[in-house]
This record gives sequence, C-alpha cells and structure tokens, in this order.
Amino acid sequence: MPAQGGQRISFPVPLSSKRKGTTVHATTTSSDSTVRPDARRLRWRVVDIVVASVIGVAVGVVFWAWGVVWGPISAPIEAVLPGLQAAPAAVWLIAGVLGALVIRKPGAAIYTEIVAATVSALIGSQWGGLLTIEAGLVQGLGAELVFAIFLYRNWRLPVALLAGAGAGLAMAINDLVLWYAGAAPAFAIIYTVSAVVGGAVIAGGLSWLAVRGLARAGALDRFAAGRELRTV
Amino acid sequence: MPTRDASSPRPASVTARGWGWRHGGRREPAVRDLDLQIRPGERVLLLGASGSGKSTLLHGLAGVLGGDDDGEAIGELLVDGRPASLSRGRSGLVLQDPDAQVVMARLGDDVAFGLENLGVAREQIWPRVTRALDAVGLDLPLDHATAQLSGGQRQRLALAGVLAMRPGIILLDEPTANLDPDGVREVRDAVARVVDETGATLVVIEHRVSTWLPVVDRVVVLGAAGGLLADGRPRDVVASRSGELRAAGVWLPGEVPWRAPRPEAAAGHPLLTAAGLDVARIPGSPLLRGADLRVDAGSILAITGPNGVGKSTLALTIAGLLRAEGGRLEPSAALADGLRGAPWRWRSRDLLTRIGTVFQSPEHQFLTGSVRAELEVGPRALRLGAVERTARVDELLAALRLERLAEANPFTLSGGEKRRLSVAGAIATRPRMLVLDEPTFGQDASTWRELARLIVGLRDEGIGVVAVTHDDVFVDAVADRRLEIGARRVAPAEHGDRR
Amino acid sequence: MSIAAVRPDLPLANVNPVAKVAATVPLSIVLVLTLDAVSATVAILCEIVLFTAIGLGPLLWSPRTLPVWIAAPLTGISMVLYGAPSGAVLWEFGIVHVTEGSVQIGIATTARVIAIALPAVVLFLTIDPTDLADGLAQTLRLPARFVLGALAALRLVGSSIDDWRTLSLARRARGIADHGAVRRGLGQAFAMLVLAIRRGSTLATAMEARGFGAPGERTWARTAHFGRAEWVVVAVGCLVAAASATAAIATGSWNVIWS
Repeated sequence: MPAQGGQRISFPVPLSSKRKGTTVHATTTSSDSTVRPDARRLRWRVVDIVVASVIGVAVGVVFWAWGVVWGPISAPIEAVLPGLQAAPAAVWLIAGVLGALVIRKPGAAIYTEIVAATVSALIGSQWGGLLTIEAGLVQGLGAELVFAIFLYRNWRLPVALLAGAGAGLAMAINDLVLWYAGAAPAFAIIYTVSAVVGGAVIAGGLSWLAVRGLARAGALDRFAAGRELRTV
Repeated sequence: MPTRDASSPRPASVTARGWGWRHGGRREPAVRDLDLQIRPGERVLLLGASGSGKSTLLHGLAGVLGGDDDGEAIGELLVDGRPASLSRGRSGLVLQDPDAQVVMARLGDDVAFGLENLGVAREQIWPRVTRALDAVGLDLPLDHATAQLSGGQRQRLALAGVLAMRPGIILLDEPTANLDPDGVREVRDAVARVVDETGATLVVIEHRVSTWLPVVDRVVVLGAAGGLLADGRPRDVVASRSGELRAAGVWLPGEVPWRAPRPEAAAGHPLLTAAGLDVARIPGSPLLRGADLRVDAGSILAITGPNGVGKSTLALTIAGLLRAEGGRLEPSAALADGLRGAPWRWRSRDLLTRIGTVFQSPEHQFLTGSVRAELEVGPRALRLGAVERTARVDELLAALRLERLAEANPFTLSGGEKRRLSVAGAIATRPRMLVLDEPTFGQDASTWRELARLIVGLRDEGIGVVAVTHDDVFVDAVADRRLEIGARRVAPAEHGDRR
Repeated sequence: MSIAAVRPDLPLANVNPVAKVAATVPLSIVLVLTLDAVSATVAILCEIVLFTAIGLGPLLWSPRTLPVWIAAPLTGISMVLYGAPSGAVLWEFGIVHVTEGSVQIGIATTARVIAIALPAVVLFLTIDPTDLADGLAQTLRLPARFVLGALAALRLVGSSIDDWRTLSLARRARGIADHGAVRRGLGQAFAMLVLAIRRGSTLATAMEARGFGAPGERTWARTAHFGRAEWVVVAVGCLVAAASATAAIATGSWNVIWS
C-alpha cells in the first residue's frame, strides 16, 4: 500500500461485512519492521521532527541551567586540568545520541544536536553564535556516522556507546583545532581520551538508559523505540 | 438560521462505516465497529466512558492518527465522502492541553500558521487572521506574546487558528477540561458564536454535559465495547440513558455524584495557623500578601479564588515546600511533634509524617517505575522495616483499587488512577495534615466520587485536609470550611458550619 | 532568560539574522587560522568600537557577555599550563610546563576566544527566534518542516522550566530531598524529559491538524528580506576580518599553528 510522499493512510476496505473478524485489514502490521520499504522507514514524520526538536530544546535548557549553577564552581577547576575537562563536557553530546535512539531516522543525531546547540546560543553560551552551532554539527556528525555504519538498523547498547564515543571524538578534534590550538601533545591525547570515554559513558550510556525509561513511561508510544519495549 | 459570511465554508458531513483503529503497540483497538452519520451543520456532543475511543475518533476525523507506523485502520471514515485522512484543512481540531498547542511566539503568527501550511497567499492571510481573532473575542495586538496568555485565552487562540483555516467541521477534544470556570465560559461562548456565524459542523468531547447542552443539538454516546450506546436529541439521551451515562462517568446536569456526610466529631484541634503570610513561587516576587488561615485536624478546608491569585503557591507554602516571604506560619505541637520553626525549615524527611502534599499534576510526583515502588518511596525514606512497609503498601493498594496495577509504570496509568496513586503515595507515611492542589480538577464523575470519598475518609480519621480548588461542587458537597481568596488579597475565612 | 522574543528597539533587531550570523563568519575563519595576540586584539578593538557606535554598548557590557570574559582567561590558563612548550622554562610540575612560549599561547588564546565569542554572543542576543527561523527557511532555503518544528519546540521552554521548579518541590514533599543531589537531579531531568516529550507529541498533533507537513507548497505570512542593510552588516564583518588579518601579517605575527 502506498503511503509515501505525504500521502497518509487510505482505506480501501470491502464493505460487505462490518463484523469483527471478517474485515480485511487495511494496512500491514506496523510491528513488522523488516518488510517495510526503507524509504518509509527512513522518512521523517511531523512527530519525529517535533519530538527531536523538543529533545534538543530540553537538553539545551538543562545545560544552560547546569552551567548557571555549576559553571562558576567547576570552570576554574577545569582550567587547570590536563585535558580531563573533556569528560564532563560530554554531557553536551547527549542530545544527538538520545535524539537518534528515539527517532531512528537518518540525520536525527545531527539535527537534535544542532537544535540543542542553537538553543544554547540563543540563550547565551560562552562560545556563542555560529561556532556553537558548528560544534553541534560536528558532534552530531560524530554520533551520526556510527549509526549510519550500522545502516540505521541497530539501536542496542553497544552501538549507543560507540555513537557516544564517536561524538566525543568529534568534539575533541573540533575543540583541539579551534580552541586549544597551541596545546602540547600530552594535553591533546588526554583531552581526546577523556572525550571519547566521557562520550561513551555519558552520552551513550545515559541516553540508552533514558530511552528505556522513556519507553516504559509510555512517552515513546508513537515511536518504534517505544513500542519495542512496551506492548499493551 | 443565521446569515452566513460569504467566505464561510460549506459545513462538512461525517460518515463512519464499521470504522476502527488500533494504535501501534497496542493489542486491542481503541475504536471498533463504529457506524455513524453526522449531517452538515449538526452540533454533536460526544460522550463515553474513558477508553471508549472518543479522542481516537476525533483524531481520526482530523486526519492526524498517522500512517502505517502509527497504527492500523479498519473500515471507512469519511469527511464529505472522502477519507478523513486526506481531508486536513476541511477539519479543525482543538485539544485539551492549552500549553501544548501554541506553535508561535506571537499571537498573529500563531493564527497565520495554519494558513501558511495551506498555501494561502500572504495578502489574504492577515485579513483572515484578524477576522478569526475577532470571532473568538481575542482583542489583543498581533504581536502579543502567546506565552503571556491565560489558559482560556490560549484555547481561544487555538480555536482562532482553526477558524482562520475555514474548516467545514470543528472538532474539540475536551477543550475546557484544564480551565477554571471563567475560562470554561469564555471558550464555550466563543465556540457557540463561531458555529452560529459559520454554520460549521461541530463535534465536541466533554464530560461536563451542562457546559455544552446549550450549544449542541445531538448527543452521541460511544460504548466501551465498540459501537454506539445512545444517539439522539440531548434532553432525550440525558433523560433516557442516565444510568449508562452515570456509569460512564458523565457529569449529568445538576447532579452531584456524592455528598459527604457531616463529620462525626466536631473539628479537632488546630494543626497549623498562618497569620499575614506573604507567599512567592520565585523568591522576591510575592504573589499573595497577608493570608490568614487555620488548618484543623479532622476538617476539610477549601481554598478558592480566581486563577493566578496565588492559591497554589499558598498551599505549597503551608505544606512546607516554599519559604514564605513574610508573616508567620505556626505549627501546633501536635503537628510539629518536637520540631521547631515553620514547616519550610523542616527536613524533607520530617515532612513525611507531618504534612503530605498532592500536586495538581500527579506526574510531577512520580519517582519510580512501578506503582508498588512508588508507594514504598515514603516508607523507605522513613526507614521502616520491610514487613511494615509491605503491609502498608498492600493495604493502600487494596484500599485504592490499585492491586492489579502494582507492577505498572505510574506514567502509563489513566488520569483517575494517577490521581489515586498520587494521593496514596502521600498518605503512605500517615501525615497528620494533607494538602491537595486541585484534587478533582478535570476528573470524570466516577473518579470524582472516588476521590471525594477518599478525602472524606481521611478527614474522618482525623487528618487535617487543605484543598485548593476551582470545583464548586467539591466545595459544596465535600469541604467543611472555605477560604475565598480575592484578587491580590485574602478575604477573611468563614469559620462557620458547613454550607 | 529571554528566549521568547527580543526587544524590537535593539539596534540591528530588524536585520535578517542570517546576515548577522554570516557577518561573524570571515572573522571566525581568520582567527581560527592564526593563533596570535595581534589579530585577536585588533578584532576586539574593532568590535568594541563598532558595537558602541551602533548602540549595542549596553548589551556588550551586560551580564549576558560575562561567560565570555570568564571562559576566555580560563581557556588561556589551560594553554599556559599545557600549551606546546618553547623558550625558557618558568615552572614545571608533572606534565605542566609553563614556558615563555606557552604563556604567549595562553595570552593569544584568551584574546582569540574573546574576539570570536564576543560578536557572536552580542549579535545572537539581538536575534529573535521567529526571525531566525524565517531567515533560515526563506533566505537560506533550509527545509521548512525542520526549521518550523524546532521553532515550535521552543514554545515548550517555558513549561519545561515550570516543570523543573515543580519537580523540585515534589521531591521535597516526597521525603527524598535531603541527600543524593546528583541522583535526584538525574531523575528530575528524566521526569522533565518525559513531560516535554509528551507535550511535544501533542504539539505535533496540533500542528498536523493545522496542515503542517501536508503536501503542497507552503506560503509565508512574514517576509525575510535580504537587502541593503543586510549586505552592509556582512560587509562590515568582512572588513573587520580583513583588518585583523592585515595587522597580523604586517607585524609579522601571523601564525598558523596546525598547518
């Protein structure tokens, strides 16, 4: 049954009988994800776009609040760390991995991370403006590539951890090029390793746990990620 | 028949033939075997027990149930003879939650949003926006911030957004359930005016029947097991099917679901006294000044007043959750039980056995992944032994009919079940005082009755109950005393007999 | 925090946001290419003069730019401690090597962060999200569904902040607010996410009901102009970039460090 290109569902159903059990089902069973053509599996619905945006916005707000409370305390400590500050900075990477795990569409990691970055740029972040958004793009790309390598078919924990690590690596490269350009090799190595480990644990692990919790709480009933864990 | 604007659309008809819908991830269909005809221009009130699929039908008519990813359709659902899923733009839908329907930051932009999506030319958009805002009586500048609108105004804005699209059928899904009585009237009157002017077909879901009886000319009742339970003229259906409607939780006009018996004993000793209390949600910006009140053991105090005067903030302050900006809040020795100072100085754990709080939205209180774990949170924090803990939880599960849901995730319960669970969570630690924010708000009549009985039962056990409420029926049939708060100040409490 | 709307009386408030973002690009590229104090200092001076001249001085010196002034020297300190060592060693401790070279890198880094971040932060504070969305969709022709979806999601910022406050109070009411701030904060963030996603799903339904995402050409109630004012803003951005690059090259301090 065609349901692409904005055409919604249609109802070609024989009307000879209305009694339960004898009606012909108008559509294929939605839980059977393997038979659906890829084009439909990968097309973004309105609810995908809005919920991905909401995740980006929510993460952006949490980080803004987090920065207001903890920034003044943690910033001076982080300034003297030999690159370990990249690990807690990995909380920035949650948006992309979480967005991808919920939406499961190509571009979800990049889009969600860019929205989060744009929100924090609009609220006002220390880096500000275009380079905040550029950082979001690069970090999202790091996670996106991992999901793409698995052809947008694997959303299990190991892949989530890898995607978090990928986002961490992308963040480290971006920061070392743009902001810590004159760093000594030791700093660069510690920074990169911290970002990768922090990304895997915080962005990968926490996001994966959050998706399970969201699914059980019924918040993802309109998404395959939610239906997998919850059929009622 | 009122004269119609030349630009008014043709009213739409609805046909359902053996229609059903099963949401993806659900085993049971939300709607099944539905046969229904609605003629152009009819105004239908759609009733039915929770779970009868009223909302699903309305979403189906609006064409927003989604595609194969979202669920499975059976049979036919037509608007003007075409599949409803293809007729977006012919139908306009307003939902229940005023906070979740605003799309744009500015009033005019929000109304224009639908017109842009329909591809209406720019020079036609703004006149239509202005006319739609006039029709719903929102007399505000086009660049007014939507964030500053009240709930009733937001619902009228949503209606204007729908109206500007000139739909042939207007679909309202409990549009007034989240509003205070003024907001309810505002929205109802705006809808009545709009359908009079445009002649559009109207389908509205709402369990408070009396609100909509003056507007509708037909009542349709969906059965819980599929199909129609009743269909006909409003007065006839309400009169002839009152038993079924009552069982479905519908609020019948002029009927009070349950009245509390007089308290067995006179009100007990005072638990908490507030004198000249100034309260603020955000420190430094007081909402309400100079509140005086007294909470007695074994008595229900209702706090009423218009939206935005700070009733909830007052309740959260006397519950020991917010620090007062000024004035005194003195617990009696019986409530303080050895602690000193005002309740907001107490530790979080110390509140458990003293003052329980039930928030307006139960979801804000949920902490765990199952109903049982949820009820164990308080007893655990008190470090009660496992035996005592289990005993208390089992007792509550039974008393509140939550046993079969013990392992369910709290967020997935129905509205009424969530409400019962949030009350149960608060009383699991046996507080001496209980503060409830809008306990009966937006509930159907069955849930209302259950909650009223529960609250009165707690009163009869000697608990001092404070309820912030907009619900006149609750104040009349359940509360023992009432404190009416006027705009920006507090009126003296009536310490009289029950009304 | 103001994310709802920008005061329309601010200078540049009516300039297409795409132009304001574009104006920061050339300078960002120049300063990312070179790590030296001269180019960055020239840029900072140009920025201060320009912003003051057009009436953005109050915003420039407001608390909103404070994070920049704090973050920049802290980033600089990191580089003083861990920058590539060269010249005389001033202090050593473990992998910390404070050298004449690393101090220079630290100073340059501080100036560079300020020079890049300051205009971006100030200009973004004059950007209204609705105008930004109009610019992205109409001027840059980014896909309207995504741009507008993100814009609509911003409406939930206010209710999410309200949720956060209420969630904090509810945790105190439930007796668990005395200890474990980190775990409680995580739980609270999760609860906020549940509520936000629920509301987002409803918002998506409301938007679809109003024809959002339906096939067919979409029109725009508001226009996003890209006219003379916008080109002037972009040109000024290019001039500042050219000035700072020229100064660095002329003084011989142009220094591409990661070539």
